[in-house]
Amino acid sequence: MTAHTAPTSGGTFLGMPVAGPTGRLRAARPFPAAAHDALGDAQLRRNLGNATATIRAKRARVVGELPDWAGLRAAGAAIKDDVLAHLDTYLVQLEEQVTKRGGTVHWARDADEACRIVTGLVRNTGAREVVKVKSMATQEIGLNEYLATAGIDAVETDLAELIVQLGHDEPSHILVPAIHRNRSEIREIFLREMPGVDPALTDDPPALAEAARRHLRRRFLAAEVAISGANFAIAETGTLCVVESEGNGRMCLTLPRTLITVMGIEKLLPAWSDLEVFLQLLPRSSTGERMNPYTSMWTGATEDQDFHLILLDNGRTATLADPRGRAALRCIRCSACLNVCPVYERTGGHAYGTVYPGPIGAVLSPQLTGVADNPTLPFASSLCGACFDACPVAIDIPSMLVHLRSRVVDAKHDAHPLAPPTPEAAAMGAAAWVMRDPKRWTRALRLAPLLRFVRRLRSLLPPLSAWTASRDLPNPPRESLRDWWVREGSIQDGSHR
Amino acid sequence: MRIALFATCLVDGLFPDVGKATVALLRRLGHQVDLPLSQTCCGQMHVNTGYPAQALPLVRNYADTFADYEAIVAPSGSCTGSIRHQHADLAERFGDAGLAAQAREVAARTYELSEFLVDVLGVTDVGAYYPHRVTYHPTCHSLRLLRVGDRPYRLLREVRGLELVELPNAESCCGFGGTFALKNGEVSTAMLADKMRAVQDTRSDVCTAGDSSCLMHIGGGLTRLRAGVRTVHLAEILASTQDDSRVKGRAR
Repeated sequence: MTAHTAPTSGGTFLGMPVAGPTGRLRAARPFPAAAHDALGDAQLRRNLGNATATIRAKRARVVGELPDWAGLRAAGAAIKDDVLAHLDTYLVQLEEQVTKRGGTVHWARDADEACRIVTGLVRNTGAREVVKVKSMATQEIGLNEYLATAGIDAVETDLAELIVQLGHDEPSHILVPAIHRNRSEIREIFLREMPGVDPALTDDPPALAEAARRHLRRRFLAAEVAISGANFAIAETGTLCVVESEGNGRMCLTLPRTLITVMGIEKLLPAWSDLEVFLQLLPRSSTGERMNPYTSMWTGATEDQDFHLILLDNGRTATLADPRGRAALRCIRCSACLNVCPVYERTGGHAYGTVYPGPIGAVLSPQLTGVADNPTLPFASSLCGACFDACPVAIDIPSMLVHLRSRVVDAKHDAHPLAPPTPEAAAMGAAAWVMRDPKRWTRALRLAPLLRFVRRLRSLLPPLSAWTASRDLPNPPRESLRDWWVREGSIQDGSHR
Repeated sequence: MRIALFATCLVDGLFPDVGKATVALLRRLGHQVDLPLSQTCCGQMHVNTGYPAQALPLVRNYADTFADYEAIVAPSGSCTGSIRHQHADLAERFGDAGLAAQAREVAARTYELSEFLVDVLGVTDVGAYYPHRVTYHPTCHSLRLLRVGDRPYRLLREVRGLELVELPNAESCCGFGGTFALKNGEVSTAMLADKMRAVQDTRSDVCTAGDSSCLMHIGGGLTRLRAGVRTVHLAEILASTQDDSRVKGRAR
């Protein structure tokens, strides 16, 4: 674990009362401080710039070729909104279907409970090692770390996730967790961490993939337990669905005797036919492919497999309670918003400090934890709107960020109702007081020329210093527009009032 | 047509030339322009920084000030975006259905400058003359909130003497973002650095846009680097005529 994420021990956040959601959802440092470190890493900037530009172009191409993308997107949003509005019905339906088909359903209110359930299930099998399909839900609950404290090794089998795990690193992207690494860095990690790797390994991508394949093959064949997440769960039939590119998922889902799936309660779809929408939206938005190579679906326990489904809340019900924020639960974890985000492109995922980076993380993490625990994330955006345009389920992330900013301001005030206002609140209050009265505003504008003197000062205090660190202040005019208007107006056409 | 200019607080206080240019342009096109002096600010800074309650009186002031005009024109995509997408919603959130209805109605008559020229007045050739190499930065709110699309380009292409150069990665945010520029100053600067490099790669004399706020940010960075590229608002280019450049040429 690096300094980029919240200090956790076995999935329990240290220094916080264990109430509400747990797991790796709280940023340990304010975003601007974490971003400062990331911005200083020129290699990281280059890796991210190249990778996001490539994925952006691929996505734009395959989305652009569909004549009905806007319709698909609207359908995706509508289906997810229906799920969120009737979650109680669909979840019970899913449980019934999975149980009827021989699976066992467990309910976990937070990360700790989910980790305990999974660990207990693995212990019952006697296995000391589990293979894993890449899953955001298990990252969210800190499952690997929790299993480690119980003496169980979790082996990530997705190539990028394996790179992160071998590098003792943290994922920095939802879909491409090692996006911050280039291929020569990956070669170094493999040479250092992979037992029995060919010392002549090159940084040629096929060679790296082959090394990972050999490393993983033995584990697939020996594994008795697999742990996965789920992209979708069909309430109507009890079918689970995992979408992937490498085939590692298919092996994990089919080879081991015991399969444990951890899934957020919002991942439901009402009916089998809804997949026709989402299996078009997801691959095009995430990898920029028309169709992903492997789509695995299973219903209950198949071929004598022991199947357990853990349904995870961990702050989702609380998120559902806010009508202006709940659409974040439509998210299908495609990561299109990360790839188009100008902030993410410069800082990378670690700066966000939680398992969900980028624009969606900036709206999701603070809602799952409550805004007081992630107060800087809603401000980690220039509100450029690129994320909203790219989102396949039309989550209006910019408006949601703005809404969450007001919740942060309110939460700060509510935590210390008697404290004097922060400098920012005082400045905002003063500006509003001036601006709500045209006479005061007219007089205030006459102070603008004072900026001439400020411009000459070598060092300024915050917040102006944050501006002048890289930008000159504008040269103020001698008179405001309105004073010019009054002076000139009557001569010109007399139309002012 | 009875047109009101909503100058925006930034233009009123710091960039009055942009307001004067908008007035001159609309008058040249044969319209009467008014600058109602009860206007102040659209309130976007308050809303986007997390202080919506303080923006409410500004929303009310905007709706009252511009109640009687056929059209309201703002030389800003961002402020127009706030008026169109935030005002009524804000009033509703604070339980003022009357104000929400009023705000919606006024917002429907509020236009960003390039929208107003192309959609309402139906002109793309505004008779301007501007003999410079120019690149255009589409500001995020013009682009994605208002969807002004190619309107600014159509206007710029008709300007005599103007050589329009395409900006690489034009749709990437410049990094201004209101109080984001202060709260996340370093990320903002990293975004600005890439934007400035793109502007310089065009070897333009002038970088133009439809928002004085983004131009203040880009221009502040360019002068700091002594890059030799000026930032000029779209309104100022469209207001320029052959007479202006003769006058300016003599003055120099």
